[in-house]
Amino acid sequence: MGGFLSDTFLAALLFGAVTAAVPLLLAGLGEQMSEKAGVLNIGIEGMMITGAYLGFVGAYYSGSFWLGFLTGAAGGIAVAALMALLCVRIGLNQIVIGIALTLGLDGLTALLHHFQFSRSYPRLPAAEVTPIPLLADIPVLGPALFRHHLIVYLAVAMVGIMIWVYRRTQLGLNLQAAGDKPAALDVAGIDVIRTRTVAVLFTGGMAGLGGAYLANVGAGLFIPFITNGAGFLGIVLAMLARGRPLWVLVGALIFGGCLSMTTAAQVAGINIPTDVIQMLPFLVVMAMLVLFGRRASLPAALGIPYERGAR
Amino acid sequence: MSGEAVRAATLDGSGKDASRRDIRRRLAITLGPLLVSLVLAGCVLLVLGVDPLAYYGFVLDRGLLSPLGVQQTLTRMAPLLFIAAGLIVAFRAGMWNLGGDGQFLLGAVTAAASAPLLVQALPHWLALLVAFLIATSVAMLWSLVPALLRAYQGVNEIITTLMMSFLGVSLANVLVKLLFLDPATTVPQTRTLAVPDRLPRLFETTITSGLVFGLAAIVIVHFVMTRTAFGLKLRTVGANPRAAIHAGLNVPLLTVAVFAISAGLIGIGGAVDIIGIQGNVRADWNPAYGLAVIPVVFLARMNGLAAIAFVFLLSVLSIGGESAARRLGVPQHFTMVLVAIVLITLAIAEYLDHRFNQARKV
Repeated sequence: MGGFLSDTFLAALLFGAVTAAVPLLLAGLGEQMSEKAGVLNIGIEGMMITGAYLGFVGAYYSGSFWLGFLTGAAGGIAVAALMALLCVRIGLNQIVIGIALTLGLDGLTALLHHFQFSRSYPRLPAAEVTPIPLLADIPVLGPALFRHHLIVYLAVAMVGIMIWVYRRTQLGLNLQAAGDKPAALDVAGIDVIRTRTVAVLFTGGMAGLGGAYLANVGAGLFIPFITNGAGFLGIVLAMLARGRPLWVLVGALIFGGCLSMTTAAQVAGINIPTDVIQMLPFLVVMAMLVLFGRRASLPAALGIPYERGAR
Repeated sequence: MSGEAVRAATLDGSGKDASRRDIRRRLAITLGPLLVSLVLAGCVLLVLGVDPLAYYGFVLDRGLLSPLGVQQTLTRMAPLLFIAAGLIVAFRAGMWNLGGDGQFLLGAVTAAASAPLLVQALPHWLALLVAFLIATSVAMLWSLVPALLRAYQGVNEIITTLMMSFLGVSLANVLVKLLFLDPATTVPQTRTLAVPDRLPRLFETTITSGLVFGLAAIVIVHFVMTRTAFGLKLRTVGANPRAAIHAGLNVPLLTVAVFAISAGLIGIGGAVDIIGIQGNVRADWNPAYGLAVIPVVFLARMNGLAAIAFVFLLSVLSIGGESAARRLGVPQHFTMVLVAIVLITLAIAEYLDHRFNQARKV
C-alpha cells in the first residue's frame, strides 16, 4: 500500500485511537474511585453493558445522542445502586456479586436485544462532531484529536476534575480514607458506608456513559456482548494507574491505539483474522501487568466490607 | 482477600458433627435461594412475554423426563464435573481462577487437533491418553502467568485469569481457523475424531464413559482436599495466607500448584467434551461453561460430593434449556441470567443465615 503512512491514514489511525480510548477512559476513571474507596468493582462490565443497551435504546427512540448518554449513565447508576446495596450496605462478597452482575446483565441485555432488535438490527446515524476552532485546522492532529463529539472533550476534562477532587477536596480525602483505613474515617465522624456508596454510584454512572459511547458513537448500534471486556480493561487501567487519573488517560490512549492500529492494518489490506485483533489489547494488558504488576499498589482495605466495630 | 464466604467454607469443609438441625439449615439455605431464583427468573421470562411454566415444563420434559434427554444430561455432566473439580481446588485454596473458559477451550482445541492424528499412529488407548495429556499441559501452561504473578508479584489473580481467558478464547479460535483446520471441509473446524475412536459409551446407552472419569475426578479432589495433608496445606493457604507462611508452608509454590491443578482439571474437561462427545471443534464454539459452574460450586459450599448433585441440576437446565430455547424462541442467554440470580440469592441467604445465627448466640 502506497499510502500506508499518508496524512489521512495517520489522522484516521489517531482518530480511531481516541474513539476506542474514550470508553476505557470513562470506565477506568470510574473504577478508580471505587477502588480508592475500597470496593473492587468487578461488576463494572455489567454496568457498561447496561449503559450500552439503555444508551442505545434511549438514543434510538428519542433521536438524541445526549438523551442516550443520559439513559446510559442512568442504567449504569441503577446497576451500581444494586451493587452498593448488596456489597457496601449488607457487605456481601464483592467478587461473587460482581461476577453475578456481569454475567446476568450480559445475558439480560442479549435477551432483550433478541426480542427487540434481532430482526431489524437498527443503526444510529453518525454522531455530530464539534470541531474546536483553530485547533481543528492543524494538519493530521486537527482531524484526529479535535473533531470529536462534545462528550469526548468532557471525558478528557473529567481527568482534570478527578485530579482536583482527589487532591483538593474533602471528598477526595474521605474516599482515600475509606479505602485505606475505614475505621479512621468512621472515628472522624464520616459515614464510611455513604462514602463508599457515592464512589460505587459514580463508577456506575461513568461505566454506563462509557458503554453508551461505545454503542452509540463507536459502533452506532447495540449487539450482545458489545463491551467484550472493556470494563475489565478499565479495572486494569485503574490498578496500574495507582490512584492517579492522568495515568488512566495515558493507559486508555495506549490501549485505544492498539485497537485502532489493528483495525487500520485491516483497512490497509493486511489480512488478520478478527480474533487476533481482539487479542491485542489483552496481550498488552498482560504484558503491562508482567512488567509493572509489582508496582500496581491497591488500597489496604480493598475488597473488605466495612462493618462498624468488627474485630 | 478472598472474602468471608470462602473463608468460612474453607474451614468448615468436613463436618462430621453435623447435627440434624444443621443439615436441615443447610438444605434450607441451599434449596431456598434456588427456588427463589427460579421464581425471579420466571418473572424475567414473563416480562419478555414468554410463559415461564411452559419454559420450565420443556426444561424438565427434555432434561429429566425423556429417556434420550436424561442420557444427554448425564453426558453433559462429564465436562462440567471436571470444571467443578478444578474450581473447588482453586476456591478452597482461596484463589479465584476465573479463567475457566480459556483453559477449557484450549484444552478442547488441542485435544481435537491431536486426537485424530494420534489414533492413526498409536494404539487407541495410548493415543487418547496422549491427547488428554497434551490438553492438560496446555491448560496448565495457560494458567502459569497468572499463577506466577500472584505467587511472586502479588498481582490480583481475578483480573489476570479473566484477561488470560479472553486471550485463550480468541487464541482457540485462531488455532481452529488457521492452524488446525480440517482441509476436507469448507466450514472452519478441526478434523473429526471418528465415533468408534471416541471414549466408549456406557452399556447400551448414549452416555459417555467420560461421566465415570468426571465422577472419579471430583470424588478424588474432594478426598484430597478434606482428608490429606496436601489438602490441609491448600486450605490453610486459603484460610489465612500469613498463617500459612508462619506455619512454614511454601506459599508461592503451593499457589503455582493450585493454579496448575485447577487449570489442568478444567483442560481435561475440555478434552473429555471433545474426545468423548463432540469429536471436533467448530470455529467460534464457546459453551462458556467456566462461569456457569461457579454458582454450582458455591451452592455445594465447595463440597465435591454435594457438587455432583448440583452439576446434575445445571446439566438438566442446560440440556433442557437448549430444547426450550428452540421451541419457545428464548435464546440460551437466559441460562446466564438464571445463574446470576442464583449467585445473588445464594449470597443473600448466606448473609441472612449468618445474621440469624449471630442473633441466636447473643
